[in-house]
Amino acid sequence: MLMQKSAGNDVLLDVRDLETHFVGDESTTRALGGISFQVKKGETLGVVGESGCGKSVTALSILRLLPKMNARTVGGEVRFHGRDLLELSDREMRQIRGDQIAMIFQEPMTSLNPVYTVGRQIAEAVQIHTKASRSVAMAKAQEMLRLVRIADPERRVNNYPHEMSGGMRQRAMIAMALACSPELLIADEPTTALDVTIQAQILRLIADLKERTGTAVMFITHDLGVVAETCQRVIVMYAGSIVEQANVIDLFARPAHPYTQGLMRSVPDQRRGRQRRLPEIPGIVPSLREPIVGCSFAPRCPFAIDICREKTPILRDVGSSHAAACWRAEEVMGA
Amino acid sequence: MAAYILRRFVSTIAVMAMVGIFVFLLLRLAPGDPAAMIAGKSATAEMIAGIREKMGLNDPMPVQFIRWVRDMLGGDFGTSIFAGRPVLQLISQRLEPTISLSILTMIVSVTIGVSFGILAAWRAGGLVDRILTAFATLGFSVPVFVVGFFLIYLFAITAHWLPVQGYKPIDHGFGPWLVHLILPTVTLSIPYIAFIARITRASMLEVLSEDYMRTAAAKGASSYSMLFHHALKNAGVPILTVIGLSFAGLIGGVVITETVFNIPGVGRLVVDAINNRDYPIIQGVLILVSGLYVLINLAVDLSYTLVDPRIRY
Repeated sequence: MLMQKSAGNDVLLDVRDLETHFVGDESTTRALGGISFQVKKGETLGVVGESGCGKSVTALSILRLLPKMNARTVGGEVRFHGRDLLELSDREMRQIRGDQIAMIFQEPMTSLNPVYTVGRQIAEAVQIHTKASRSVAMAKAQEMLRLVRIADPERRVNNYPHEMSGGMRQRAMIAMALACSPELLIADEPTTALDVTIQAQILRLIADLKERTGTAVMFITHDLGVVAETCQRVIVMYAGSIVEQANVIDLFARPAHPYTQGLMRSVPDQRRGRQRRLPEIPGIVPSLREPIVGCSFAPRCPFAIDICREKTPILRDVGSSHAAACWRAEEVMGA
Repeated sequence: MAAYILRRFVSTIAVMAMVGIFVFLLLRLAPGDPAAMIAGKSATAEMIAGIREKMGLNDPMPVQFIRWVRDMLGGDFGTSIFAGRPVLQLISQRLEPTISLSILTMIVSVTIGVSFGILAAWRAGGLVDRILTAFATLGFSVPVFVVGFFLIYLFAITAHWLPVQGYKPIDHGFGPWLVHLILPTVTLSIPYIAFIARITRASMLEVLSEDYMRTAAAKGASSYSMLFHHALKNAGVPILTVIGLSFAGLIGGVVITETVFNIPGVGRLVVDAINNRDYPIIQGVLILVSGLYVLINLAVDLSYTLVDPRIRY
């Protein structure tokens, strides 16, 4: 069920022309080609795209968690409460991480430190950002475990990660991320590594907690089904750029970019029956090492015409709060 | 855990029995007749035969072996051929300088080696890392006695800051004791610092790229907390292993260092005993050192449980 919520107009996070490169010995990969989007207070924004499109790089660039060795955010702004996060000192950035912006990751199996108890790891987040004593922080950890519906939190708080299942570990990660009541939670494929039944539980948990705490969520996924269930607005990414941006209903009703359409066709649909092979998008994602001329999706696009191969389309409005980076968006929507 | 320790002790008996047979045979089968050595160059054949009889060297090997083991279990490691005093007494007299040197060396090697390794991993590829790698290679390659003489020349003979050689027992005062041990400790520590730093660096580098390090960063943890709290404990098992190996392997370096710095420790005792073919001393030291090896190995295996909760015995 989709819940149509009136998202407030207050902008929480304002990303402008964010550009991130990976510098190698021989070449530079343009992982993010200058993307702009906003997250509003209390909303859930979906970020969709296939592997390597720049979803995770976007999240890690916002929090400045990319390895300093080879990743450089070379341009743009990340405005959070009016401050550009890219301009902050390391110390100021640390005060924001985990406190005002928290993040959960794809791999619950490896994202928790194996040599400390889960309770201690949650308590650590509390202790970093408040003056709470160890015992107060541990009590908070226990409370958080209860909040994420882990049974028997009094005992679980002293468990090591290897004593928990994958689903439970992801709940513990969520508990850790929400311990300081962040205004923005970035969830990077939080359910991808989990069983389908556990996936549904975790999604419901995130939705419930978001409802209860008013935290805005940036939900990164490659799964359009998850987007339909959890998000109000969606951005679709391809080859380091945003190719479409819309509220979730418009996106599913009238996708304006051929790539979005392709993604939707490759989602299993029970009405179509099980026998037929799922359609896939032909071709491969372009290399970001060389500059791309024209539309990056053109080589794989059934709608491509000459202009697509010559000029790069920019994101333009194709409806109310619906934008697409496609020369033929109107025809695509009509198709 | 208790069951595991018990099992390990039982297997220790088997190990020590093998060591015992080896030590016993090694010296019996080596060329040179201890009886002839004791008797001296001008001895007659009768005198040598008399000494052989008195020492029981004419009995069959198994009889000699069983007698030797039985005496050792009773705390009698035999009597030195030259000094004429019980081996255990001779060793215990020499223990203080050796233990002092070993413990100081381990403290210095572990603190400096682990810190260097962490620093190098933290700034991998940077200037500090490259300097440390160069130092580690050098520390491995230059023999202990070369470093020892070089340091003596620099700090004792030229600068007169430290004594050239010798040892002062700790009950003559902590200051003189420490002053005499500075150069030997530095000399002996250099290869161990290099070794421990290399392993620490490698182990830390691996851990630093783990997902949970990113989680810690996402929580807002400081660099210090990331390195020493989150990473070091995870990197602990290989580091503990090399510390154990270093400690167990220290005895070889101790022998050379004690000789260079003229320290009257167990190392020197062994060197003198080998020169004199003083079998009982050599055997006694070998058995005790082997026992120490086995105990250190057990301690290292047990220490893993302190850093990694997934390891259970």
